[in-house]
Amino acid sequence: MSILNVRVAEIEQVTDVVKHFTLVEENGRPLPRFSGGSHVVVSMNINGRIHRNPYSLMGSPENTDSYHISVRRQEKSRGGSVFMHDGVKVGSELQITYPVNLFSLSKLGKKHILVAGGIGITPFMSQIADLNRLGDDYEMHYAFRSAEHGAFVEQLKQMCGDRLHLHIESEGQRINFQNLLSNQPLGTHIYVCGPEPMVNALLLTAKDLGWPKTHVHSEQFLAPPIGESFMVQLAKSNMEIEVPGDMSMLEAMEEAGLEPDFLCRGGACGRCEVEVLECDGALMHNDHYLSDAEKASGNKIMPCVSRARCQKLLLNI
Amino acid sequence: MNTPAFKKETFRDDYTFRNSPEAIRRFPFPFAEDEYMYSVNIEQHVSTNPGSVFEHAIDIDEHYIAECEDRRLTLERDPTRYIALPHMMDAQWDMVELIMESLSADYPQWFELTKNGDQWHWVNKPLEIDQTFTFGDTSTLPMEPFEYISRQVQGDWIIMDHRDDDLFADMGMVTSQADWSIAFDAGMSFKEWHGPVPQANEIGIFDRALKYLLHLQYGSPVRRLNWTMTVNPRLDTSPEEFPLWGPDNASVTPENVGEKVHLRVELQALFRLPRSNAIAFSVRGYLISLDELVTYPKWAKRLRRVLTNLHPDLSEYKGLDLYRQTVIDWLEPLEDGAELSLGTQPE
Ligand code: HEM
Ligand code: FES
Repeated sequence: MSILNVRVAEIEQVTDVVKHFTLVEENGRPLPRFSGGSHVVVSMNINGRIHRNPYSLMGSPENTDSYHISVRRQEKSRGGSVFMHDGVKVGSELQITYPVNLFSLSKLGKKHILVAGGIGITPFMSQIADLNRLGDDYEMHYAFRSAEHGAFVEQLKQMCGDRLHLHIESEGQRINFQNLLSNQPLGTHIYVCGPEPMVNALLLTAKDLGWPKTHVHSEQFLAPPIGESFMVQLAKSNMEIEVPGDMSMLEAMEEAGLEPDFLCRGGACGRCEVEVLECDGALMHNDHYLSDAEKASGNKIMPCVSRARCQKLLLNI
Repeated sequence: MNTPAFKKETFRDDYTFRNSPEAIRRFPFPFAEDEYMYSVNIEQHVSTNPGSVFEHAIDIDEHYIAECEDRRLTLERDPTRYIALPHMMDAQWDMVELIMESLSADYPQWFELTKNGDQWHWVNKPLEIDQTFTFGDTSTLPMEPFEYISRQVQGDWIIMDHRDDDLFADMGMVTSQADWSIAFDAGMSFKEWHGPVPQANEIGIFDRALKYLLHLQYGSPVRRLNWTMTVNPRLDTSPEEFPLWGPDNASVTPENVGEKVHLRVELQALFRLPRSNAIAFSVRGYLISLDELVTYPKWAKRLRRVLTNLHPDLSEYKGLDLYRQTVIDWLEPLEDGAELSLGTQPE
């Protein structure tokens, strides 16, 4: 996996819980181009342990001088976002992956409806830049809790003009998905990114209204949940490792010196899939990738977010 | 590789195409073992072995000028070999960037690219092209950007849009194909255009290959080899032109087999493109006559064994049935039954 070394050039406190980071290539060289909706995975060295979190690129894909990411402080998480907020300063050096796009605009879309909740606005910032450049038809719906949580509203107004629709919860403005999804012209695509209940509600409404699956796009990166520690045996590498409660299986394998495949690290893309050869207890699937049937069959697991509760777990890796 | 003198040669009519000893030595012989079956033979497209066809992302060799000329002739007869659906414009510029950047970085003696913001200056010395244009502005090039640049590179290119968890062949420059057609496959999905391939789907190859490709990353291209055989060194073995080359398959005799029958190896590389998120699939064909190939006895013996063991469905699909036995018989005197080292190296 190709890696980029970057330096933090600027940090801006956008709301009381969101910080915006400007990253530049360590030697000032141009960064790779990307397409709207892409993310990078940022590696952080927290007390000698490597954490890797995915963040959407928010800048315009035209701009190769710097990358832009925003991080919401998640107090109850395993420390990646807190480290980004407290430990990373202007001048800090970070490693990031090349951009990957798991949330791309459909090039055949006649119209695009973008729906963001809270920090879920980030992937849309680069998508809007692409849509503006291509002159495509779109609506941007942005929902957030209260005026002070509306990160990037001013920037969005400039980018979207009257295509921007704000939905401020504290002022009683909720998005009515039923209305939004009815009566859209044929060939419309909808994209949603935000808290899980919102994403699920939209997906359900789209399904009820008979939207074709290929026209409904969502992005949800899960943070690996904290759990109990367990042991896992790796058949091909011929080793046994412990997965501590605050580490994912993927991270534990990396700590052990292996280089398992990954792209999203959030249970969305399927890249990290491994075969389960043996498990004498329960697999705790936390991903959005495997189908319910695959989860039930117990033959596969996504180590970036899923765990196990058992005495013996043997993976084919 | 040393600077090759670009050859003046033809891939049609009088067929003057030949390989120099150096081109024979670097030929990407595809058989590491005595048996061949389809597999997901995908590896990282990283630079290996200076001088080999794997040294650079895009290989330029002694046949460069002649192959570009052959493409020009084919397009003159049939412009539909180039196709770009309207939603692929970002991918067109991605291709201009990929090809110009990698050729100018890897072969500075022949290609130069200077950029001043969006003002690009491109010099292609072998083809005597000197072009200033505005990146992103189609009106500043003499033709569509992808057609412009793909006329200046060897091998076919198919560019796939990535949507609905699938890949769609929505753009292509295809003038040297082994009996398939971009005009026919345009707009098809990965499984659809692979429909005619025998055996592979049954053993799950296309499922796994597609899954892998959907995760292909910008900056980490991959490659694989594919092979077939062709009678006469003809690049354009398209279904459209079948009447011109199909009958040649029946023309192989024990006397002319060494000169007429060519092993045709495709170096297929896959690149994720940055602006469009599309995937570029390059099919770079290398031809070698059996006379040239048998200068390395290991290759001669291995090819004979592979052809002898070849699954009949593959032989039929690749169109070898009319002359496969003639080739095996012709190679027979070179066979000593010795165990051959694993790997594709010539000795
Ligand atoms: C995504 C880019 C690809 C494109 C555009 C592509 C296109 C094609 C086409 C047009 C054919 C000829 C089908 C016909 O007879 O009409 C073919 C054959 C085939 N493809 Fe692909 N392919 C791609 C990737 C792959 C990959 C990754 C594999 C990996 C296993 C693969 C395996 C094969 C095989 C085994 C054949 C039969 C080849 C022969 O026996 O000559 N392809 N492909
Ligand atoms: S890395 Fe994407 S699902 Fe695990």
